[in-house]
Amino acid sequence: MSTLELDVSLERPGFTLAVRHTQPLEGITALFGPSGSGKTTLLRVLAGLERARGRVTFDGNLWQDDRHWVPAHRRGIGYVFQDGRLFPHLTVRDNLVFAAQRAAQRAPARTIRLDAAVAALDLAALLARRPGSLSGGEQQRVAIARALLTTPRLLLMDEPLSSLDVGRKREILPLIEELPRTFGVPVLYVTHNVDEVARLASRALLLAAGRIAAHGTVTEVFERLDLESYTGGLEAGAVLRARVVEQRDGLATLAVGAQRLRVPMGDAPPGALRPLRIHARDVAIATERPRQLSIRNVLTATILRIDGAASGNVDLLLDVDGEHLRSRITRDACDELGLETGQNVFALIKSVALESTLLG
Amino acid sequence: MTAFELGPVALSLKLAAVTVIVLLVLATPLAWWLAFTRSRSRTIVEAIVALPLVLPPTVLGFYLLVLLGPAGAIGRLWVQLTDHTLTFSFAGLVVASVIYSFPFTVQPLQAAFESVGRAPLEAAATLGAAPLDAFLRVASPLALRGYVSAVVLSFAHTLGEFGVVLMVGGNIPDRTKVISIAVYEHVETLEYAQAHMLAAGLLAFSFVVLLSVYALNRRMPLVKT
Repeated sequence: MSTLELDVSLERPGFTLAVRHTQPLEGITALFGPSGSGKTTLLRVLAGLERARGRVTFDGNLWQDDRHWVPAHRRGIGYVFQDGRLFPHLTVRDNLVFAAQRAAQRAPARTIRLDAAVAALDLAALLARRPGSLSGGEQQRVAIARALLTTPRLLLMDEPLSSLDVGRKREILPLIEELPRTFGVPVLYVTHNVDEVARLASRALLLAAGRIAAHGTVTEVFERLDLESYTGGLEAGAVLRARVVEQRDGLATLAVGAQRLRVPMGDAPPGALRPLRIHARDVAIATERPRQLSIRNVLTATILRIDGAASGNVDLLLDVDGEHLRSRITRDACDELGLETGQNVFALIKSVALESTLLG
Repeated sequence: MTAFELGPVALSLKLAAVTVIVLLVLATPLAWWLAFTRSRSRTIVEAIVALPLVLPPTVLGFYLLVLLGPAGAIGRLWVQLTDHTLTFSFAGLVVASVIYSFPFTVQPLQAAFESVGRAPLEAAATLGAAPLDAFLRVASPLALRGYVSAVVLSFAHTLGEFGVVLMVGGNIPDRTKVISIAVYEHVETLEYAQAHMLAAGLLAFSFVVLLSVYALNRRMPLVKT
């Protein structure tokens, strides 16, 4: 487990970044928030590409304070830019060698091997090509491998998938997911896409208007009912941590606790974790198990909390075998059903809702 | 027909070559600074660099003569160091040519560095490359086209100068008598055949150099993106 300690501030016309936070880093940590919230700026401050006032330490190494400044090339970080930034005058192989050579000079004992990175990101067929002839997805795979070959102590990724279509995202997401385990490097992953957070991250930091609005495990951050007011258009939804049981004919059976969900899903190896983010408005409530209904996914749940929401609605926080789910229904419906905290109910989830939120 | 004069030709080529080398060393850091600085003094420096483009060569030559002469600040220092005067010497010509051709090196390099931009340098830094390493392995190759333009333009411009050379260097065979001066002298003394030989040679040489650079640029882009 690595630790990042931050106490930084940065002024720009019409924008102030002010972050004071200590973040444990293990696996993939998502840094997310709406556009313009300062995610990329904060990542650039960490990398040493942007100068902010204040102090940054990583695992006890001082990266900057009022009197010290470690430049980007000595921080031991890997950085995957949104636009890849491969060197156009070098082949894919030479782009990778560029990183590997310098890592070998810096820390010869613990370098990540070129062939390991090539294998992990499936680049063998691309090595002789020039970046200009690669597709967007291929470029990002090369960029990720190149960042890995610096043998970073921390891998920073700035929306690496934002310029790709959904098909390409599906190809690359599983590769990114494996990085921390395969190479033993913690990842800080910037995105404005909540589904990517749900799919990849174990911890999350929500940045809003240059400040940290929420942090914790992804489950904790996503079930915060007050999230919407922080994030504007970004709608909060709870995350169900589901595991693949079997997959047949494009439908996967997922286990949530002891219960089962059937979800349309292409690539779903049994045993894989597939966190589902489910919008509160896509979850309906019944006090009896419904019959003769088109909705197939019904979970038994316990009401943990009932909160008032805007315009005649209420938000319910539900417990499903230890996992949390949210439901937004009208106040009238809540009163009519006589719902109260601690009551056992049935949560009805539209399959279409599941399909549209899934990235894997 | 008279024999081809090698002296002025050799001197011109030597002057242009030495000037270009000195220019690349001096102009690269300045062009780099101009391309990436956020300093307000950038505009002033850009204007100063461009001055030789608009000044009559005689004005430039006059001030250089004052500055480089034995009584001038630089000239006096030079005499103390070398026991020779800087004016009317090859070294003086190099100094004058460097100043005269400065914008022809700085401007293409600055444009090339600006078009390379910060992005590849940031990428290089995150890959563990120190600034000089990033400059040599990333920025320079990406700015290669700018370097080719700078070298060709400065070389050709130095070959073609006349007024500054005449004022600072005079007309001393094998020391300061370059092609353009020799042509002028031949015309003054009505030796049109000799004048033709040098003038046509310079014309053909310049045309061939420019033609090959443009052709090379068109057929083989230096960097595919």
